[in-house]
Parts: sequence; structure tokens; C-alpha cells
Amino acid sequence: MTDEYMIKQLSIFINNEPGRLAQIAAALKECDINIKAFNIAESSGFGVFRAIVDDPDRAYKELSKKGIIVKETNVIAIPMMDRPGGLLEVSRAIGDAKINIEYGYAYSGNGKASFFFRVDDATAAVGKLLASGIRVLKGNEI
Amino acid sequence: MYWNQKIECMPTGELKKLQYEGLKQLVERLYSFNTFYHDKMKAANVRPNDITSLSDISKLPFMNKSDLRDNYPTKMFTSPRKDVVRYHVSSGTTGKPTLVGYTQNDIDFWTESLARALTSIGIGDGDAIQVSYGYGLFTGGLGLHYGAEKVGATVLPASTGNTERQLELMIDLEITAIACTPSYLVHMGDVAKKMGISMQKDTKLRKAVLGAEPWSDNMRSHIEKELGIKAYDIYGTSEISGPMFTECKEKKGIHVWGDIAIMEIIDPDTEESLGPGQEGELVMTVLKKEAMPMIRYRIKDLTMIMDSECGCGRTSPRIRRITGRSDDMLIIRGINVFPSQVEHTLMQIPEVCGQYMIVVDREGALDYMTVQVELRPEAFSDKVDDMLKLKRRISNELKKYLNVAVEAELMAPGSLPRFEGKAKRVVDRRKL
Repeated sequence: MTDEYMIKQLSIFINNEPGRLAQIAAALKECDINIKAFNIAESSGFGVFRAIVDDPDRAYKELSKKGIIVKETNVIAIPMMDRPGGLLEVSRAIGDAKINIEYGYAYSGNGKASFFFRVDDATAAVGKLLASGIRVLKGNEI
Repeated sequence: MYWNQKIECMPTGELKKLQYEGLKQLVERLYSFNTFYHDKMKAANVRPNDITSLSDISKLPFMNKSDLRDNYPTKMFTSPRKDVVRYHVSSGTTGKPTLVGYTQNDIDFWTESLARALTSIGIGDGDAIQVSYGYGLFTGGLGLHYGAEKVGATVLPASTGNTERQLELMIDLEITAIACTPSYLVHMGDVAKKMGISMQKDTKLRKAVLGAEPWSDNMRSHIEKELGIKAYDIYGTSEISGPMFTECKEKKGIHVWGDIAIMEIIDPDTEESLGPGQEGELVMTVLKKEAMPMIRYRIKDLTMIMDSECGCGRTSPRIRRITGRSDDMLIIRGINVFPSQVEHTLMQIPEVCGQYMIVVDREGALDYMTVQVELRPEAFSDKVDDMLKLKRRISNELKKYLNVAVEAELMAPGSLPRFEGKAKRVVDRRKL
């Protein structure tokens, strides 16, 4: 079973206007949700805020209730070494397993680092990574 | 110089008599031979015998764009297809476009009207005119084309687009006059500058016939000074035939030929008739139309009738430059756009909800239209690529439907203003 390896990422649609990120951040604070990692993808006229948070299911419910467009997507997390070459090891392993990354971002702090990435078929990708002997983080390890 | 001095300089009394006779004939013909007009007059409880003077026109019911929509495509036509020689198509308010049809006589009086107009601004034999209005469904290109040929000018049917090539042809063919939208001419001037062309020294352009969108006397002064030409206002809509009437050399209002059309100005709210010098909504009755007669058609352009004598000697009444609309129609790069068309298009796209805003801007001389639309939560994807595809699809749908380039902007739900009562969904930032 690969379900336990699925990391639930929240994606939030934001208008491209000053103050919109602060609005989202305020909503997260009101719901008492801690962000572990995030990135912002910008495009012409809008942005997508993607975040790994603690208790994503509760966060999803509470943000939806506030009328914010939020979506849960399964992403994969792989631990990285917090030193030069850390990303190389991880990305080479993903590439060797013939997995295509759609987008990704990282967390680093307290001496540990993780690489979060989105693929087309997360279940299949986790299967391939585990079969290649690569350590994949479980939801409860984030 | 007059094209048709007898009519153009006819004493007002005689002209009014001519109008009354024309109206009487038109009403009798339509009441007897056409269901649409017959029913419309019956519903208004008016019969041909009730028309005993020119002012009795006010007894007749108004026509609106909705009549054209409800009777699309040809239910309002009063000529059989064998007599209809041309169609033109313009924007409808929702769903279907507005179709207009012409008999040969309809084309002929339209051409005659423009021949008089072009002559009144001194365009004729020996001139070469570049017609940079769209050719095709739009009435501007072909209308001006026929009118200019009639007065003996040499026509370059340039249509729209490819400005560099247009400038090259303007120089090579020693073009002396141009017909286009005022903003396109300004744009041409800008492009010429970038190409190192001086409109004043390198071209023979001396006159411009500008219309199809609102403009101002400020813009006229700017164009005349920058390009070293004389610029004249032209007016018309597809429902009355197309562009038909222009200012004369005096530039003191647009001459509307009395033997062709009867004008009225009404208060848009009360529908009461307003006198000369009072601003209101223009209502036109076209006396000569055969394929698709127009009686008291509410064009919805705001203007006023000027009945003072014109220095040119022509006796026809004039209208002042159009200052706005009594409805919410927008004109984007010369194309009519109704917010209801935008709404109609968005309704067909399941990924968006009904909240939208239209923002219009002018950069340089060109109009840019953005439609901000709220996204439905189910349509949201964490992948930017998917969102961009959706955005492009919405832009394309709008473009397909409105015939004008539109940039769709995706918005979070609840981020656009909500309205109690009448919604204000248009922000027009253009300064004319």
C-alpha cells in the first residue's frame, strides 16, 4: 500500500493583487494552521499558492468554509541531505526511476531537508521509488 | 460642390413635404404587405390613415434592436430573396447577431448618400482613398468603397491590419484620403513615426473620414495637427444601412439627408420627443429602405439635432457629434460590444460563474478589453498550465463571439464587486 506515503498538499487560487497573499495567510492563522513548506506559482493575472501544512484535511474544510478556492493534491516527499549535492542525489534518483516532476519545492530547517514534488500519477511513482530502494516520507513523518 | 444640389439645398418646406410623402407611402406599404410591421402598428392602434402630417410620425411604434433579434434572420425582410442582393452582419445583444439585408435600390441610395457626403468634404475625382475599415460582414469597408467609387475616387480596399504595409501603399500610391476609425489613424501615425515616416512630408494624405467609434474634438485637433490633414466625422449604423452621413467642410455637425431619413430626438427614459438643441437619444426612420425598412428605430446614440443654417448652403438638418450611448454598448476598436454578449458567452463555460467585470483601456491608440471572471472552485487546478489553458479557452470563446480580442482574467470567487440593483459591470478607463 502506498497510501501512507501520500502527502496532501493544499493549493489555493489567488488573484494577482497587492494584499491577496496576506489575506490567505490571515485565514490560515485564524484556522490555527501551521505551514511546513510552500511555494507560489505566478502567472499572468493570477497565482497558485501551494503549501504543506499540518492537518491538511481540517485546513481544507476550514478554508473552503471561508469561500477560498482550495484543492487537495497528493504529492511525494523525499528526505534530502542539507549539504551541497543533496538535491542532486534526490533528483538523480527520481530521474533514474523515470518519473517526471511537474513541479516541486523544498523545506529545510532544523538540520533536515525535504523535497516535495508533484507527479502525474503519485501512486505509481511512489511504487517505483520504493522499488528502487529510495526512502519516501510518510504523511506522519512530515 | 454638390453631388445632388436639388435635394441637398432644397428649401426646408419642400423637404418636409417630401418627407411626409415618403413616410405616408412607407407606412401604407408596410401596413398592407408585411406581417411584422402590420402587427406592430395594430398593437399600437395606428393605421395609415392616422398619418396626416409629418409630426404624426410620433403615433408610430418604436423599433428596437430586440426586434431584429426576435425576427432573426429574415422574418422582418419585406423583399423576397431574389431581390435581396447583399447581407451584412453586426453584433447582437445576446445569442444571435443582427442581420441586415439590401436590395439593389437599398445599395444605391446608401451609395448616393455617401457620394453626397464625400463630395461635401471635397473628396472626388482625382482623389485616391484608402478604405481601412473592415471589409466583410461589417458595413464600413464596402459602404465607403461603393461611395468613393461613385464620386470617381480611386479606392484602395486596404481593410484593417498590417499597418506597415498600409503605410507603404499610402506612400507608393499617393493616397490623398483615408477612411478608418480615429484610433486606427492615430495608431498609423504612431507606427509611421517608428518607421521614420513623416505623415506630413512623406505622404500625400490630406483628408480623413473617421467614425465607427466615439471620438472628440480634442482628438480631431490632435490628429489634424500631428498628421497635417483635415479630419471629418462620419455616422451610421448597420440598421440604417451603414456609415452614411458626414460633416461637410464647415465641420459643424453631420448632415443627415432629409429625403433619406427622418430624425427624431427622444428622452431615453420618458420617450418624449425633444426639440432641436436638446440632447437625447437618436431615433431614425429610413424612408427609402426596401429589404428591411426601419421605422422610428431607437439607435441609442446620444446627440442633438442642429437645425440652424449651415455655411455650406445645404438645408438638411444636422446632428452633433455622438457623445455617448443610452444603453451599455461599448465600442472596442470600432466593433460594437454589449456586456450581455459577454455574459451570454460566459454562461456557456461551466468553469466560471456569472460574476464578471469588463475593463476597457486604451494603450497608445488601441483599445484593450479585459474580462475578469470568477472561477468555480471545482475548476481550480494546482497546475498553472491547466489554469492557463482555461484562461486561453475563455479568451478564445469571447473573441469568437465578440469579434474582438479579449483577455480573460481569472479571479477568486467573491473577489469581484456584487451589486444591489443595477449592476455596473463595465470600467471604461479610456480618455478620448
